[in-house]
Amino acid sequence: MKTKSHLKLLIELFATFFKIGSFTFGGGYAMIPLIEREVVENKKWVTSDEVIDVFAVAQSMPGAIAINSSTFIGYKIAGKKGALVATAGVILPSLLIITLIAMFFSKVQDNPMVKAVFSGIRPAIVALILTAAIKVSKTSIVDKIGLLLAVLAVVLVVVFDVQAIVVILGGAAVGLGIYYLFPLKAARILSDGGHKD
Amino acid sequence: MIYIRLFLEFFKAGLFAIGGGLATIPFLQDISRKTGWFTSQELIDMIAISESTPGPIGINMATYVGYETANLAGAIIAVIGEVTPSVIIIVLIAHYYLKFSEHPMMQSGFYGIRPAVAGLIGAAGFEVAKISLFNIDKYLLSHDVFDIINIKSVLLFTTIVFLLNKYKKHPIYFLLGAAIIGIIFKF
Repeated sequence: MKTKSHLKLLIELFATFFKIGSFTFGGGYAMIPLIEREVVENKKWVTSDEVIDVFAVAQSMPGAIAINSSTFIGYKIAGKKGALVATAGVILPSLLIITLIAMFFSKVQDNPMVKAVFSGIRPAIVALILTAAIKVSKTSIVDKIGLLLAVLAVVLVVVFDVQAIVVILGGAAVGLGIYYLFPLKAARILSDGGHKD
Repeated sequence: MIYIRLFLEFFKAGLFAIGGGLATIPFLQDISRKTGWFTSQELIDMIAISESTPGPIGINMATYVGYETANLAGAIIAVIGEVTPSVIIIVLIAHYYLKFSEHPMMQSGFYGIRPAVAGLIGAAGFEVAKISLFNIDKYLLSHDVFDIINIKSVLLFTTIVFLLNKYKKHPIYFLLGAAIIGIIFKF
């Protein structure tokens, strides 16, 4: 009896996260309100305080915010299996939709109409990415060191073709370097809200 | 073997693309440069499609790149690679009630990582701009200075930056508008 209800819970988890994955455009941040509505208000699986903690962890840990949140909530509700089921649910719509588009797109990409569409979209993508960069800068650059790091990252990648992974590890090294070499400065940074979530 | 490489490349992207979606782009640019699986031009189209379809952008892009590289199996493996770091880390945190994210060492690390991520996304924007707004190749052939800039694209880009800041609408509306302008003006 217990296993049956456990199975039912897993199916429900999968269905809920499948729905979340199917109806949010624009990824991570766009998913937060929908996740909240589904798991807090509709299903009452977690409280609204818990879900805030989940989002805080999801944003500060590596990986997509949507995936982190789904894994975390799945785990809270039904353990490791729940984590896997919720994650599978949230990624399956992407996998299906994008595979269909990719199959279809390779056949039509040389069509003049499709070419015209994408020549209009490309400049818009530049606008979206640069606007996102500015938005991220506003919350993540809190002082001169941060500004310097961000500018350095742009120069290293654009001019010197340095790999993204090196830039990320370099940023971490600078942060940790300050922590170990200048503990007083680190303490001040951290209490000043160097962590702006 | 291509599947193992796909898995490893996306595992890396999933582990280090902190902040999700668009932070994946610099990693995809690295993959394009290193492997030649897809061109930077194709990558921009993939970003466009990933932004205008449901689901997390990082997962959409992993699916697309994986499919283009090694069909359905490639798509599945790339996505599994992308989510594996998340699943492992989050389950560990949830299981042991680890307060990683509150530890001063962790916070110091992120203090340096966050601006680096902002810079990386900015750099990704530059790389995409190089292809979408400028015609370096055409200039090298003609040596005509007016050929460097694709004026229509720059105008559209500027308009959208302005509108994005003025109206906080969902990106998909801007992409739709840009697509219609592309059709009308035949860029």
